[in-house]
Order: sequence, then C-alpha cells, then structure tokens
Amino acid sequence: MQDYSATLLETRNLTMRFGGVVANNDVSFTLKEAELRCLIGPNGAGKSTFFKMLSGQLTPSSGSITFRGQSIAGAAPHEIARLGMGIKTQVPNVFNGLSVRENIWIAASRKHTPPVSRRITDEVLDKIRLTDRAGDLVGHLAHGQRQWVEIGTVLAGEPDLILLDEPAAGMTDAEVLRTAEIIKEINRTRALIVVEHDMQFIRMIAKTVTVFHQGQILMEDTIGAVMADQRVRDVYLGKKVAA
Amino acid sequence: MSRSLSTGLQLVLLAAAIAGVALAPQVLEIFTLMQITLFAAMSILALSLGFIWGFGGILCFGQTAFFGLGGYAYAVAAINLGDSTGAVFVGMLVPAAFAAALGYFMFYGRISDVYLGVITLTVTLILFNLINSTAGDEYRIGAAQLGGFNGMPSVPGLNAPGDPSAVLEPEEIWFVTAGALIAVYVILRLVLVSHFGRVAVAIRENETRASLLGYDPRLYKLLVFVIGGAIAGLAGVLYTNWGAFVSPTIFALSLSAEIIIWITIGGLGTLIGPVLGCVAIQAIVTEIGSQQEFNSNLVLGVILIAFVLLLPRGLVPTAQILWSRALALKARRGGAALFEGGPGGKDDHIAKAAE
Amino acid sequence: MDLGIVLALDVLNGIASLVLLCMGLAIIFGMMKVINLAHGEFLMLGAYATVVSANAGVNIWIAMLVIAPLFVGIVGIVVERCLIRFLYGRLVDTMLATWGLSLLIVGLVTTVFGNTINGVPTPLGGFAIGQYRSSLYTLFLVAMALLLVGSVWAVLRYTRYGLIARATMQNPNMAAAMGLNPTRVYMVTFGIGAAITGLAGGLLAPVSGIVPTMGGAYIAKAFITVVGGGSAILAGTASASALFGTINQIAAFLTTPVFGEVILFISAIVLIRLLPQGISDRYFRRSL
Repeated sequence: MQDYSATLLETRNLTMRFGGVVANNDVSFTLKEAELRCLIGPNGAGKSTFFKMLSGQLTPSSGSITFRGQSIAGAAPHEIARLGMGIKTQVPNVFNGLSVRENIWIAASRKHTPPVSRRITDEVLDKIRLTDRAGDLVGHLAHGQRQWVEIGTVLAGEPDLILLDEPAAGMTDAEVLRTAEIIKEINRTRALIVVEHDMQFIRMIAKTVTVFHQGQILMEDTIGAVMADQRVRDVYLGKKVAA
Repeated sequence: MSRSLSTGLQLVLLAAAIAGVALAPQVLEIFTLMQITLFAAMSILALSLGFIWGFGGILCFGQTAFFGLGGYAYAVAAINLGDSTGAVFVGMLVPAAFAAALGYFMFYGRISDVYLGVITLTVTLILFNLINSTAGDEYRIGAAQLGGFNGMPSVPGLNAPGDPSAVLEPEEIWFVTAGALIAVYVILRLVLVSHFGRVAVAIRENETRASLLGYDPRLYKLLVFVIGGAIAGLAGVLYTNWGAFVSPTIFALSLSAEIIIWITIGGLGTLIGPVLGCVAIQAIVTEIGSQQEFNSNLVLGVILIAFVLLLPRGLVPTAQILWSRALALKARRGGAALFEGGPGGKDDHIAKAAE
Repeated sequence: MDLGIVLALDVLNGIASLVLLCMGLAIIFGMMKVINLAHGEFLMLGAYATVVSANAGVNIWIAMLVIAPLFVGIVGIVVERCLIRFLYGRLVDTMLATWGLSLLIVGLVTTVFGNTINGVPTPLGGFAIGQYRSSLYTLFLVAMALLLVGSVWAVLRYTRYGLIARATMQNPNMAAAMGLNPTRVYMVTFGIGAAITGLAGGLLAPVSGIVPTMGGAYIAKAFITVVGGGSAILAGTASASALFGTINQIAAFLTTPVFGEVILFISAIVLIRLLPQGISDRYFRRSL
C-alpha cells in the first residue's frame, strides 16, 4: 500500500535561463504520492518550461529535481520515463503515421509481454473511448481526439506521476467533461500535475492549486483560496474572469 | 486489405520470387543472367538504404561507404584467407563496426537531418580519396595489395562454404546473390513487424514522443544504422564477387547519388520500392552506356529533379494511395466496407513522403 | 626557420582557401538552413567561366573577378526561380533537388566541353624564402579571402539587406513578420551565395585541374567546415575555416594531403559530438 503522505516529487531552487531570459527562477515545489495538483498562471509564467525540466526535455541551469528519492535533473527523457513519469506535452506529440492502436501499443509494450500489452491497449482504448477508431491513422483524427490518443499513450506506460500540459485545449465541451472524468479516475491510483488555462476545467478537478507568475511560484493553496486571492486576480484571473 | 490477406499475398509473392530465381538460369542467356545477378546485388544495397532512411528516418547520403568497405574488406579477407566463407562475414562486420562508430558520434551528438546527410556524404568522399591514395607497395594488408586507383584485381570468387577449391559457377552465383536478396527482404520484413522495428518506425514518426515513453531514440537509430551498414556491406561483398574486382569507384559520389535516386523514385517507406527503383535505374544506366548518346549524369539529374518536384512520394507509395482510393470508392458505391484499415498491419501501407 | 615560414604560409593559404570555398555555401545555409549539394558544381562553373573567357582572349583578372561571379550568380538566380522556390519548407527535398542539379550540371558541362579543357597559367609568379619557393598568387588568395570576409561583414552590418539577413538568421519567420517578401530575400540570397562560389571557382581555376567533376575534390572540406561552423555566416565560416584550415595543413604537412583530410574529418566529427550546433552557435551566439 502506498504511503500517501510520502513525497513523490520535489524540486529545490530550480532555475532555467535562456540567454538573458529567466524562464524559471528558484522554484521549490513538492508533490505527494497520488496527489492531484493544478498549475495555473498567465502565458509565459514558466509552466511549460517547468514541465520540460521535470520530463528531461530541458536541463535546468541550476537547482535539483528529486523523483522517488532519485535525482533526475538533467537526465535524458527516456531515463525519466523509465522511472515512472509520463507527460502529455502542450503541442500534441503523437505518432501521426501510425494507427491509434499502435500508438497505445508502442507505449504499453515497453515493459510488458505481447499478450499483456494487447490487454492494456484494449483497456486504454476503452478508457479514452477510441475503440471504434483503433485502426485509423492518428493523423486523420480531430484535434481533441489526438489529445486523447496522447493521454492514452501516457496511461499505457503506467507511470506513477502524470504531467498533463493543457489537456483540454481544443476539445468540445463534452470532451472536456470526459477528460475531467478520466483525470479523476487516474487520480485514484496515481499522482498528476495538470497545467490548464480553462478555469471551469480547473474547478472540476482541482484540490490544490499552484500559481506561477514570472517564472516563480506566486502562491499555493486550495482552489477556493487561490480564486479569492487579490494578487492572483491581479496577475491572472482578473483579466480572464472579466473577459 | 485486412492483415491476413496482405500476409497471404506476400507469401504468394515470395513463393513466386523463389520460383523465378530457380527458373531464371533455364530461360535466360548467361550474359543476361550475369546482368541480373548484378542488379540483385545492387538491390540489396537499395534495401539497406530503403530500410534506414524509409523506416529509421535516417537521412544517409553516403550508403556507398558501407558498400565499398564491404567490398574491400571481402577482397582483403578472401585474398588472405584463401577461402570466401569467413571473408563474407568480414565483409559484413567491418562496415557494421564502421557504422557503429560513425553512428555513435552522429546520433549521440543529436545532429539534425541536414547535418547527417552532409556528414555521411563527406565520409564517402574521404574514403574515396583515401583508398585512391593507397597506390604504393607499402599499402598492403597481409598478402593483399590495396592498389590505389587501380583497385584490386583478381579477387577470389565465392566458393562452397569451407571448400576453397569449389569455386562457384555463374549460375550458382546467381542463386547465392538472388537468394541473399530474398533473404534480406524477408529478414527486414520480420524486423519491421518485431517490437524493435515498430519502435524504430515510431521514432521516425516522432522522436520526442518515443523518448517520453521511455525509448532511447539514439540507441534505436544506431542499431538501425548498423543493420543497414551490415546489409550494404553484404551487397558490397556480392558486387565485388560478381566482378572479381574492386576499385575506389565503389565509393564514388555518382553511385551515392544513384542509390538516393533508386529510393526517391521507388518510394520512401517501402521495401519493394527501392528494389524496383534500383532495377529500373540500373537498366536505364546500362542502356545509356551502350548507346553513348546522352551523358548518364545528365539523365540521372533530370530524373531526380523531376521526381522531387512532381512525384516526391515515389512510385510505389503513390500507386498504393491510388489503389486504396479506388478501393474506398468501390466500397462506398457498393455500400459495403470492403476496406478495413488493418490494425498492426501497417508497414508499407504508411506511405510517408520525405519530410 | 625558412621551413617555419613556408608552413605558416601553407596554413594561411589553407585557411584562405577554406574561407573562399565555404562563404557562398555558408550564406545559403545560414539563411535557408539548406546545404546546397550543387555547391561543387557552382565552383566548377566559376572555374569554367574563367577558363573559357580567358582562352577567348579576355583578361584573366576580369575573367576570374568579374565574369565568373556574374555568370554563376545568374545561374544561381535561375536555379532558385526554376527549382528551389517550389521546395521551400521541404529541407530534405531541397537537398535532393540540388543533388539532382549537381548531376545535371556535370552532365551538361561534359556534353558541351568534353572531359578536359585547357587550363590557365597561374598569374603573378613566385618568390623565394631561403631554399624554398612560394607563389605570389597564394598571397593574393589570402588577400581576397580577407577582402571577402570584410565585404560580407560590411554588408551584414551596414546595409538594409544585411539587416534583413541577420533577422532571418535569428528567426526564419522574421523577414515575413517585418513585412518583407521572403521569396525575394531567398532569391537574392541564393544569387549572392552562388556568385561568391563562382568567384571562388574563378580564383581556384589557375591552381586546379579543370574537369567537369572537379567540384567533388572540394566539397568534402567545404561541407565539413560549414557544418562545423554552424549557422552564423561570418563567425561560423571564419572560426571553422581557421580551425580546420590549420588542422588540415599541419596534418597534411606531417603526413599526406589525403590523410590531412581524414584527420580534418575526424576532428570535425569529434567537434560535432561535443558541439552539435557548430562552433558559432556555442561561442558566438547572436553574431553575424
């Protein structure tokens, strides 16, 4: 049984500079086992950069990242994935020239035998509701469905921590609802960090919210407290809610 | 086409190919037989690049480097050993090792496609110059004199395994070469349906996604590259054996260009396309050589430009697309879904044009 | 001592030749991110233009300094209009098309002029360093390389085209964002790159064998240098030419010219493993 109070992921003083631009500055962040955390913040607040450092797509300029007690700052993406972290990136990253089934199967078959991989693939296809389109090329699907395929590949890898960068972007209302359901279902056993702009979506799923602003953590609290905070309204919500 | 139908069809075609190879010496003149033996050896070279470029997504402009190394390694080993059995393996191992070393620097350096193409091309240019300059007496490996631009004459031909006195006849060399072509084709097909092959294709589709799922793209690309190097080496062995001669022109820029043309006109992302492209271009070049009316570079250049501009996918993928469109149209008219996208039965159905 | 001076001259000559050989290629690569595989044939056309006009009675200096760049520059613009512009955004196809072009040009020149043509003698004569002799033409090549680097720098730094070029190097979409017509920018770039390559071909004509396939002898070095230099046109070409020119000449001096090239290639590949983006992107970010 998992110890739900144990720390799963921790960053300390994480900093990322691009030339003169500081994209992340001194970010210290902690996530517990099986926790669901939402990240919000205006464009350019450094959320995607943060994800890229966690998943190994960027090497931090300084600071540490610890996942399951292991230091992973600067490790290659495939090494981090093997430790049990999965990510859906902001721009859909799928195998466009392969079928939906193959996309999921590639992810499932890394650590399982063929029969088990096939079973996992079927389960995931069912979960993302694409069983009847399993044979279609992913490149032929609508944007929202491709988002699901990507979420499906992440699920099929059975990670302990799932990072979702704007999972609801470009989805219809019905698809957004279904995505929220899937996220809650995943969260029964696994930890998630979700970056999203859609505040309605955040309200559907969020417990604790971390607010990024100008590359730093502005505050971290329950969804209610965050929404009520004047600073958050000033930098982000004020404009969005009014709009 | 459903997967089982496609597999059945492939088995029928395979049987037909084997029957064709077996019957060829009965119906063809010895001169023609030797000509198509050469085409078969070159087709193996076409398969090696068709595999690494079309399925591994590795833009290699210098596949002749491995072809030439295979030829030279075979020649040197066969002269020294006096038996072709081990020499064939040397002719595959040397280029594979060279591909591993070169690939390590390229893939682990994470260089872009453009750089990869240029570096592999440069390798063949330099190997050409290097071998060209080995004319002196001091350039010998054991009993084998490298011979510089004159090349190495009288390379021992293939003999029956383990029996150097039983040198193969032209007819037997045809069986060996064409048999090797079919074997390489079947092996590559099997590799492509294996887990390794599917991951390699996935990496071609999206390297970032594959690495985020826990696969190391560098390692997979390196392995694909090494397999391609070994196969190109085998082609070099058979080519050298065919002419009993090897010279630096085996590394020539014009041959590197020709291979690229085979793949471009046959079609990237298929295995049969490169073979068809190879045979077609070889036939055209042979024809030009005997007519002496046009310069072959001129014709090849025009063909390459025309395909890149007008038919960038190549012949086989274009034919596949037209065929599946025709089927879909028929299905819609008949009101029944004859066409079922076979899950898992991808490989050559994914006609992916050069990016 | 004298040997030292000769070796130093050799190194200088090696660097200057690389700069001349690579500049046109680097301009096209830096701006369009495409390696022109017909680069060697553009050199060859420059050499042919020089030799053909010199043999027809034109002054050798006018032939190499005016006719060669003008002719090849026009060829470059025609090629861009008739071929390259249909392939923008398709990097690999562009390279394949330029490879086809390279074969086509070799074929055409062979058809028109046959396999050999009379060369031109090396102008300027030589001078003595102790017991060794060197050619004044070598010094002329060094001066031309310096002049070329200076001119490219001045154009990039002070002219409107230079501003556009720098913007495009930083961000390919920038030219379009600035309201400029990217097609014009690319056409001019290809023309200038070709003209400079033609000039290099003209300058090399007196010191190389003139055959339709002569481009092949130079492109290995040129490709390695441009790839090693990275995408900054001037800083990349200058730094990579200096580094590789030195390595090549010293290695060639110690062994043979061919082994010099092999050693050059091995050092380049190690460099690329260490600095995958080329020298300029690592040490001279945001430079010209």
